[in-house]
Amino acid sequence: MSNITNQSLSEILESIKSKKISSLELTQAYIKNIENAKKLNAFVTTTFDQALEYAKKFDNKPNNEQLLSGIPLAVKDLFCTENVKTTAGSNILNNFIPSYESTVTKNLWNNGAFLLGKLNCDEFAMGSSNETSFFGNVINPIGDHLVPGGSSGGSSSALAADLTPATIGTDTGGSIRQPASFTGTVGLKPTYGLCSRWGIVAFASSLDQAGPMTKTVNDCSIMLEAMSGFDDKDSTSINKKKETYSKNLKDNIKGLKIGIPKEYRVDNMPKEIDELWEKGKKILKDLGAQLIDISLPHTKYALPTYYIVAPAEASSNLARYDGVRYGYRSQKGKDLIEMYENTRSEGFGDEVKRRILIGTYVLSSGYYDAYYLKAQKVRQLIKKDFDDSFTKVDAILTPSTPSSAFKIGEKTNDPVSMYLNDIFTVPVNLAGLPALSLPAGLDKQGYPLGLQLIGKALDEQKILNIGYAFEKNCGYKNEIKKWWS
Amino acid sequence: MSLDKEKIKHVAKLARISVDEAKVDSLTKDLNSIFKFIEQLNELNTDKVEPLTSILNQSLRSRKDQISDGKIREKILKNSPKKNEEFFVVPKVVE
Repeated sequence: MSNITNQSLSEILESIKSKKISSLELTQAYIKNIENAKKLNAFVTTTFDQALEYAKKFDNKPNNEQLLSGIPLAVKDLFCTENVKTTAGSNILNNFIPSYESTVTKNLWNNGAFLLGKLNCDEFAMGSSNETSFFGNVINPIGDHLVPGGSSGGSSSALAADLTPATIGTDTGGSIRQPASFTGTVGLKPTYGLCSRWGIVAFASSLDQAGPMTKTVNDCSIMLEAMSGFDDKDSTSINKKKETYSKNLKDNIKGLKIGIPKEYRVDNMPKEIDELWEKGKKILKDLGAQLIDISLPHTKYALPTYYIVAPAEASSNLARYDGVRYGYRSQKGKDLIEMYENTRSEGFGDEVKRRILIGTYVLSSGYYDAYYLKAQKVRQLIKKDFDDSFTKVDAILTPSTPSSAFKIGEKTNDPVSMYLNDIFTVPVNLAGLPALSLPAGLDKQGYPLGLQLIGKALDEQKILNIGYAFEKNCGYKNEIKKWWS
Repeated sequence: MSLDKEKIKHVAKLARISVDEAKVDSLTKDLNSIFKFIEQLNELNTDKVEPLTSILNQSLRSRKDQISDGKIREKILKNSPKKNEEFFVVPKVVE
């Protein structure tokens, strides 16, 4: 079973259940891959000993009734893991060892999975290229000079390089879907409130959602089923019956109405993105779906709105890092205030500081109405655009990103050009909707490109079904040369 | 509007982040380009629009005001950079 690790999660689960491979052999195979892939810098922490121990325990007494029986998983280092260092990619949490487990990871472990390691990410999930991490940038397995996307860049890199059978990320403005698109993998941002935020290092609380990143749509439905569910500890968790996404996965999409928003064709967008979109439309049409032109008129205002709302919430959330209760503390400063100021200056990286300053400014006395209140009003208009469209269509098809993976260092000196990468993903977070990024093709350089399916709130099953049908008919296959090992 | 260096230093003070004097210029440039981008929102008339404060169609749940855990002082103090047996320790505040 030398190539077990390049299989999908569902294929691996079959092999475990039919005892073709033991959980221990599987875990050892991933550990070997991880040790050979240090160049990618996808991991911040590995937990091999505890993973091997868990795998042995599983093999001795296998429970194959669970969704993720005997599966080792690496997760983004934004999820608190009990007794395992959790850094959020930041120096300020460099020594933080949580005494509790996030609800989402606990749900995965309760379904039979166990932890393989913690994956690199942009600092506090603020970034689109995984270049803001205190632990250095992550490299895209597609090419040694390319970013893996961000903020869940360690997750996308590890998944595409066969270092974990599936993974989870978080998505505040595109941090699951954009890295999935850059690495030819599947990424889902669920409806706001479907997955608990408890125990996830907070960035922007009204936008943050955890979600799966996988090799196939079926895998995505298995992971979503395992990780989602009501949680009393998250005040915005939606209390509803748990769904069985994988069992209900269907590839018949005949008669479904797919909206095509005209505003998602932006200036200077490469021709290939347009062609990819056309290809996606044709696939869905050939499967019997009906394409409907729609308008989401406030789309261009989503990014400016996001860059008020997200930093405002971040400046408030990140106020907790004061060097007193946990995390890094500066030894410089003559009094308490100076200790705070030096701790935060030395502990946070440039992008995080920039966003805290933006957030503090837009919430400060005299500017609140002009910025924050204004953004909340425009957010209402953006949500209304989607509400209006969803009276006419079942789902919306757009490109995931305005370009393929860019070069390391290419955008680090121009924050606005970096932010523009999230132009197609941010509106969904502002409206709280679910969206799935699917690998759909390659550009002329051979880099993956993704398409995005946006659904109504809590309509994950439908976009998964459309994605499932799309995947079967698209013929996309990730063929990555393992140049790093 | 544009942000000058003094304003940025004031905001940094509010955010309890010390700013390296050598970095103020580049920070000023970056923040001004971001605010120029943000201010596209001024094109929109939002006088009659209600601000969106929650994306959920549900109101926040309330719970009974009772203790649900406790006696975890050790766990809470475990990650503190400086502590004594029972408390977090900070630089002297009162003379």
